[in-house]
Amino acid sequence: MQTTSQFNQRLAFREAIGKVLYFVFLSAVLVGIIGLVVLLAQILVQGVPWLSWHFLSDYPSRHAEEAGLLSALAGTIWLMVLTAALTVPIGVGAAIYLEEYAPRNWITNIIEINLSNLAGVPSIVYGLLGLAVFVQFFGLAVLVDFQILGVDVYMRFTGFGRTLLAAAMTLALLVLPIVILASREAIRTVPNSHRQAAFALGADKWQVIRGVVLPSAIPGILTGTILAMSRAIGEAAPIIAIGALVYVTFIPTSPLDGYTALPLQIFNWVSRPQEEFRGLAAAGIIVLLVILLSMNAGAILLRDRYQVKTDD
Amino acid sequence: MESIQNTNREAGGPAGQAPPVFRRRRSAAIESKVIKWVLFTCALISVLTTVGIVFSLFSQAASFFFEVSIWDFLTGTRWTPILKPQSFGVLPLVAGTLLVAGIAAAVALPIGLSTAIFLAEYAPGKVRRIVKPTLEVLAGVPTVVYGYFALTFVTPILKGIFPDMLVFNALSAGLVMGIMIIPMVSSLSEDAMVAVPRSLRNAAFALGATRFEVSLRVVVPAALSGIVASFILAISRAIGETMLVTIAAGATPKLTANPLESIQTMTAFIVQLSLGEVPHGSLEFDTIFAVGSLLFLMTLAMNLLGFWVVRRWRQTY
Repeated sequence: MQTTSQFNQRLAFREAIGKVLYFVFLSAVLVGIIGLVVLLAQILVQGVPWLSWHFLSDYPSRHAEEAGLLSALAGTIWLMVLTAALTVPIGVGAAIYLEEYAPRNWITNIIEINLSNLAGVPSIVYGLLGLAVFVQFFGLAVLVDFQILGVDVYMRFTGFGRTLLAAAMTLALLVLPIVILASREAIRTVPNSHRQAAFALGADKWQVIRGVVLPSAIPGILTGTILAMSRAIGEAAPIIAIGALVYVTFIPTSPLDGYTALPLQIFNWVSRPQEEFRGLAAAGIIVLLVILLSMNAGAILLRDRYQVKTDD
Repeated sequence: MESIQNTNREAGGPAGQAPPVFRRRRSAAIESKVIKWVLFTCALISVLTTVGIVFSLFSQAASFFFEVSIWDFLTGTRWTPILKPQSFGVLPLVAGTLLVAGIAAAVALPIGLSTAIFLAEYAPGKVRRIVKPTLEVLAGVPTVVYGYFALTFVTPILKGIFPDMLVFNALSAGLVMGIMIIPMVSSLSEDAMVAVPRSLRNAAFALGATRFEVSLRVVVPAALSGIVASFILAISRAIGETMLVTIAAGATPKLTANPLESIQTMTAFIVQLSLGEVPHGSLEFDTIFAVGSLLFLMTLAMNLLGFWVVRRWRQTY
């Protein structure tokens, strides 16, 4: 039988363990936060001395002092626009289908399971998909057309894997699950009463979707799209696999041009043995992070504005 | 001529108001069918992506396995696809992958779980609202940035502790990858813990349990399926991670458990070969599809296991 004093002793012990564990848990949180702070500090310290106007407006060079990331910046902006143009219609379309039309049957089930599984596929595997489909298959298809269409087309398309369009298609598949997920959540938050009100006024299904559901879901869809694009432009692995160029000294002018992108340029600089290029890499990272950060800030602003609106 | 007259009559002729209404309805019916199919096609593209991945990986891997037996591939301990004499044993790449992922897991699982417990059970709402998004920034940083960080910051520090460590090594890449996947573990685990009903906690408190006893003996067991799933998904992410290991872990396929050595992961090999001058369609080039297939199957198995754990062991209240 336990006496009161034994219990009190034991309780004090238990509480002491609790205090120790509290600090263990707290320090675990701090590891993550300190990790983030040190990471950012290291990049700022290394990169800021290299930031300058000419760094943003010059092409890469073999000499670190003269190197800039204009071509990579242009490539990344191209990629962002093309990828969004490809993903948004398909992603929103799929989300509308799954939320508003899909019957409960095995096909819908397969689509659902498949979507959650696709989100876990490593990005390099999407690169291999792009390599096999967009590069080798399309390359082959045009090889046949060569005799009919002439040398020019042949020249352009054998390098299809090195084009912006091939990269954007690959990245579009990569972020499609994210856009679909975000769009579905946005569509789901539209109250059913809104739909019923529109139906009661005689609208048909598509009119309800276009006139009622989509307008109130658009902020959520936009937020999700921005986040998906910030994932896409940070990826280097898939575009390396499909054969992106590493050293580019021009600005692409069409989707069928070759390109390089910020993460690729950073990778290129990091992998050089000379110390100066590490500084360039850090400066490149700062530019990339500033872009990502402003995209995320934009997404948060959108979400906040949207939340205020529904409160009205 | 006649047909034009016919359409005119149908549009606004003697039949009065009925035809336009009828016509609009019919076109609306067709329109809605078309729209439905277009939207269905959009949804189908995600399924086609999976089919495309499986088909393109396996068909090209098959042409590789015509030349090299699957058994030699899976059990061979030497990986020298480009150098002579060629040898296609994938085990060194698998070992390198698992070594880095193992180090990352050793960092991320305890820290991520502790973070989740702190956020779900201890932190006041205000702290939680600041800490959670801050940690999620870690998940949004591109992986080349982590590679840079491992190579230029963590490796020099580790070299101070282990002087005979190589510049490219599994330890540095693994540690940084661990930090990178903390938010995956902590967010998913925390979600699972928050979903545990308040009444269970209150009951334990009423029996005289202290806060850490409630956390560790009631909440964690109740949320175990979600926690285990978060572990599995985080490790799967670590196995598929590419740029970080390409930059920091080296390019020396080696069957070793020594984290101070330079190794090569499956993903880093794919990048290395893609950057090289190996001609498309050659046996050497097809190795990336064989390695990619294996990588895809490994991550697929882990993801399925994660979903299964959630489904099989979930406690519903």
